[in-house]
Amino acid sequence: MKAYLKGLVLAGLTSSTALLASAASAVEIEYWQYFFDARVEAMETLIANFEAANPDITVTMTHFPYADYRTKVAAAIPAGEGPDVVQLFYGWLNDYVEAELIQPLPSDTFPAAQIDAEFFPMVQAMKDGENYWALPTAVRSLALFYNERLFEEAGIDGPPATLDELMETAAALTKTDAAGNITQVGITAGMTAQDHHWWREGLVRQFGGEPYVDDYKTVNYNSDAGIAALGFYTDMFLGDSPVSAIGFMDEPQAAFKAGRAGMHIDGSFRIGSLNGTRGLKWGVTELPANADGNRSNYSSYWVNAITTKAEGEKYDAAVKFMEYITSDEAMQIWLDTVGELPAKPSVGMTDANANDEIFGPFIRGLAYANTTKFANESGQRQLMVEMVERIQLEGMDPAESLAIAAEAEQALLDEYYAE
Amino acid sequence: MYRNLTIRQKQIVWAWAFLAVPVIFYAVIRFYPTGNAILISFQNWNLLGDRTWAGLENYAKLWNDPVFWRVFKNTFVYLLLGTPISLVLSFIIAYHLDKLRFMHGFLRVLYFLPFMTSAVAMAWVWRWFYQDVPIGLFNNILASFGIPQIKFLQSTTNALPAVLAPAVWAGLGFQVIIFMAGLRAIPASYYEAAKIDGVGWFTVLTQITLPLLRPTIVFIVVFSSIGFLRIFDHVFNMTTNNPGGPLNATKPLVLMIYDTAFNGFDMGYAAAQTVVLFTILLIVSLIQLRLLRSTE
Repeated sequence: MKAYLKGLVLAGLTSSTALLASAASAVEIEYWQYFFDARVEAMETLIANFEAANPDITVTMTHFPYADYRTKVAAAIPAGEGPDVVQLFYGWLNDYVEAELIQPLPSDTFPAAQIDAEFFPMVQAMKDGENYWALPTAVRSLALFYNERLFEEAGIDGPPATLDELMETAAALTKTDAAGNITQVGITAGMTAQDHHWWREGLVRQFGGEPYVDDYKTVNYNSDAGIAALGFYTDMFLGDSPVSAIGFMDEPQAAFKAGRAGMHIDGSFRIGSLNGTRGLKWGVTELPANADGNRSNYSSYWVNAITTKAEGEKYDAAVKFMEYITSDEAMQIWLDTVGELPAKPSVGMTDANANDEIFGPFIRGLAYANTTKFANESGQRQLMVEMVERIQLEGMDPAESLAIAAEAEQALLDEYYAE
Repeated sequence: MYRNLTIRQKQIVWAWAFLAVPVIFYAVIRFYPTGNAILISFQNWNLLGDRTWAGLENYAKLWNDPVFWRVFKNTFVYLLLGTPISLVLSFIIAYHLDKLRFMHGFLRVLYFLPFMTSAVAMAWVWRWFYQDVPIGLFNNILASFGIPQIKFLQSTTNALPAVLAPAVWAGLGFQVIIFMAGLRAIPASYYEAAKIDGVGWFTVLTQITLPLLRPTIVFIVVFSSIGFLRIFDHVFNMTTNNPGGPLNATKPLVLMIYDTAFNGFDMGYAAAQTVVLFTILLIVSLIQLRLLRSTE
């Protein structure tokens, strides 16, 4: 018994020295992202490829539920416990920079001029002087999903290309019961989903306005263009013969998934969940243009950055890892696994990708996409939701409701940028 | 050192030794965060950067925020509707269930089941009940009789009662059980005496049952008031897309705190709201405990 214990202790000691020895010769860096099945899977592939090419570097990935993400990052990095490379939403960059959680990317490996030239233009929001703070692997944009079965049933040949056609098509797809209750909407509506992006960066611009000026610090949609854009939007469900209803089947994407909505505007991240839906035959097309043929889209993205915790050889390893996850190869893997769009035209605009039946409309949308710089995305979305609710539930004049929303959003932005 | 103590002092040392665990637990888990929250309410903090001193700024902002006053009102509407309704309903159910022998246990289980059910699951099922045609249960029934649909959650007037209903229903089972225990505790001799005197049921109810149930009633009022003042899960789950909506018609204080803290990352402002909630809960509880004491 005693001998056995001795052996056990000895074995333990030797194996722990072996571990220490191997740790000394290899650099281990940590990568954090929030939990989403496909994202984790894609990152595992990227890490495996990276480690194969760099046998002296080990990358450990940690992921958390989205709800805890920000809190954990904030608590961990100052304590020296957190990641060396971290993923964050583009809208959080200011907060992360100010809190000194991340450090700029080295300009010799990531020269600003080269990145300006190689990436889609909206990525330039991540630039400060000669340095980029962070870079995305993938980006997202909006497009118009449509239900092919319902189109066939209504005898419509193809998806609408302009806003006028959108309303006509939607009208043809709307069904009501004997009492006039809508049982199938032509197009889904709801500022709670992606419509607030479509309205801000899509409709307002297409009606001749500019939603914000002064680098998104000043609200500018309280204009004739804004009123016209809001009128177009609310006509979908408040017009004489509505083609939509707010809250129809609880959520817009649920209505589309259940085959009760002819059309639905959503982001590229919806592709995955629609793919597995039985009995749903869907197609996707670019967001409709205005009468002059102008299109406008919204794009958002998650970026990767090196934290202030990474120093010395860990920093060098982190730079190498950043280089790999922003490479063309990584972007193609991300597109294939997650369905998020490549951040560089060199990958996105290849014939195969840009003409892809599903990804194509989203990728082509990137060329005319704008990225709203949010101070508090959910707060700013809420103002759009309430703008519509005041018109719908309280019968307020749209122009008045728009003015209230603009004023409230300006107050929110002022408070954020005051610090 | 220990040896030189008197027996009395030794007893005190031991008492504190045993008390140390809960005292430390309370100090670390309860009092420290409470104190910290009060401190943060005088600061600005976005969770990431440094905390900066703000003085009374957060409280001034709260005072001038129309959403806060709307939310403040909602919170009391939940309390002032929810507590009496659930009290009366649970008493009526308990009063009659107590007299019933047939299937008594089974019925009691049925009333208790909602209390054991996850609030999240329940809120989602009710949320779907409330939808419009073609998926909402209630509106489908109305539509099949040709009655116009009712906007339950998409209305500034109907949404709050619609959210409150399942919350009342969920708490009912617990209150019924407490009431039944209270009813059983009333000595049968009072009822026998009343019977001999030939008193009617209404007099028995108002002169014997209710007065003797007073401690039970006060307990349930205190308990459910705190519950309704802190209502969150039902509201949040029934309105996730537009939390507390439409137009803040259903938003209670706890949801506003959550939203300010974890969507707006404005910790100082959220902490100020928390301090206000804490004060309200303290005042309501103190008033009710005073009432409880006067019954003894």
